[in-house]
Amino acid sequence: MGKTGSIFAGVLLSPYKHRASVVHSFPPMAKLIVAVLFVVAMVLLPRDAWGAFAAGAGALLAVALVSRVGLGHLLARLILVEPFVLCVAGLSLFQPNGFWIFLSMLTRSTLCLFCMVLLSATTRFSDILGALWRLRVPPLIVTTLALMYRYLFLIFEEAGRMHRARASRTFSQSRWFVWRRWATVVGHLFVRTSSRAERIYDAMCARGWRT
Amino acid sequence: MHIPDGFLNTPTVLASGAVAMASVGVALRIVGKTFPARRVPLIGLAAAFVFAAQMINFPVAGGTSGHLIGGVLAAVLLGPSAAVLVMTCVLVLQCFMFADGGVTALGANALNMAVVAPVVGYAIYRAICKLTGGGLRGILIGTAFGAWCSTVAASVICAGELALSGSAAWGVALPAMVWMHMIIGLGEALITTLVVAVVAQLRPELLLDGDKPVSHAGYRELLGYGVLASLGLAIFVAPFACPWPDGLEKVAQRLGIEHLAQAPLVGWPFADYASPHISSAVISTGLAGCVGVVVAFGLAWLLARAVMLKPIIERNNSGQNR
Repeated sequence: MGKTGSIFAGVLLSPYKHRASVVHSFPPMAKLIVAVLFVVAMVLLPRDAWGAFAAGAGALLAVALVSRVGLGHLLARLILVEPFVLCVAGLSLFQPNGFWIFLSMLTRSTLCLFCMVLLSATTRFSDILGALWRLRVPPLIVTTLALMYRYLFLIFEEAGRMHRARASRTFSQSRWFVWRRWATVVGHLFVRTSSRAERIYDAMCARGWRT
Repeated sequence: MHIPDGFLNTPTVLASGAVAMASVGVALRIVGKTFPARRVPLIGLAAAFVFAAQMINFPVAGGTSGHLIGGVLAAVLLGPSAAVLVMTCVLVLQCFMFADGGVTALGANALNMAVVAPVVGYAIYRAICKLTGGGLRGILIGTAFGAWCSTVAASVICAGELALSGSAAWGVALPAMVWMHMIIGLGEALITTLVVAVVAQLRPELLLDGDKPVSHAGYRELLGYGVLASLGLAIFVAPFACPWPDGLEKVAQRLGIEHLAQAPLVGWPFADYASPHISSAVISTGLAGCVGVVVAFGLAWLLARAVMLKPIIERNNSGQNR
C-alpha cells in the first residue's frame, strides 16, 4: 500500500495510547457513557452558548492533561478528521447570518471530535465492545465488530503485501491500467477474505462455537 | 459524507436514528433467518475488508485521489441485509475509534451510507440483472449504475438532513451535495464494477451464492426496506420538495430507472395546479438531473462493455463461458 499504508498504519490504526493514569483506569462503560453524554450535551446547547463551549473545552483539556496522552498525538488525530468538518460547515456559509452559524458549528463539532479522540486514545476498542455488549447492543453486531477489529490489521497487511507483489510485476503507468490493477488487488482481497472467513468458521466450530 | 457532531438538530437526530435503527433491526432479523451460519463470520471479515478497501486510494487526476465507499460492493457480494450490517459496523468503528462521523450523527450517517446507499444500489442492481437476463454483462451494468445511483441517493438524503437541521439552506446543500456526488459516484461505479468483474472471473460462485439465499426472500426484504427508505425520504426530503415536479424528479433520480414512469406520475394528481408552479429553473434542474441519470446509465453500459471486452486470455482460460 506504499506510502498511504504506512501513514494509515501509523496514525489511523493505533488510536490507543497506553499510559498509567486515572483516565485510563476509569471503567470503560462509564467513560463511554460520559463521552456520549458530553457530545449530546454539546449538540443540544443553543448555537450562541459560547460560555458553555468554553467550559466544555476546559473540561476536555483538563481530562487530556490528566490522561498524560501527549497533546500532539491528540491534535494530530484531530487535524486528520477536521477537513471533513470544515467541508460540511462550509455549506452553512451560504445563508443569512451564515458566518456565526459556521463558527458555532465548527466549535461545537471540534469539541465533540476532541472528546471522541480522547475516548479512543484512553480506551481500548475491545473495552468499548465489552461496554456495548453490556448495554445490550444486538450480539450479531458486537460479534461482527469484534471480528472486524480482530482481522482489520491482518487484512490491511495482506492488502499491502498483495499490492507490493503486484506493483513489482507491472510497469504500465496508464491510468486505466492502474485502476484495473487496484481493482484486481481489491477483488483478490475479497476472495481471500471470503476463504479466510470459512477457515475461521471451521476453527470456531472446532473450538465448540455454537450459534 | 460523514456528518460530524453538531450539524444536526435534535428532531433530525432522533428521526434519522429511529429510521436507521429500524432498518438495522430488519437487517438483523433477515440475516439471522436467512444467512447460513457458515457465512456469519464473513460479515465481520467483510466489514474489515470494506474498511481496508476504503483506505486504498485510486489516483484520479492531478494528485487527487478517490476511494471506494463500498455499500454497493458489499450488497452485490453479500446481499443487501448483510451489506447493511457490514456498513453499519464500519461506521460504528469509524465513529468510536477514529472520530470520523459524529456520535449523535451516527443514526443519520448509518441511514445515508449503511441503509440508503446499499439498498437503493442493490434494488437497481437486481432490477437491471432481471431486465438483462442475469448474465455477466447485466451484473456489471447493474453494479455500475447501482453504485452511481446509491452515491447520489445517499447525498440527497444527507442534504435533506443538513437542511432540515438548519445547518445549510436546501437550495445550497442539495445542488452542492448532488453535483459533487454525481462525480464521486462515477468513481465509485468504476471501482465497484472493476472489483465485481474480478470477483466474477475468479470465483463466479461467490456472486451467485450471495444471491441465491437472498433472492428467495428478496421481495419481502426489498419491500421492507422500500417502506423504510420512503419513510426516510418523506421525512428528510419531502419537506423541501414544495414544487412537486422537482421533488418527483429528485425521487426519480434517486430511483434511477423510475424516470421512465415519471411522466404519468407527475401528470395525474397535480395536473391542474402544477403547471403554474413549474418555473424554468425547476424544469432545468430536473432536466439536468434526468440527463445526468441517462448519461450515467450510458457510461455504466460502456463500462460493462469495456470490462467485458478486455480479458480475452482469461476468458479462454475459464473456457466454459459459452
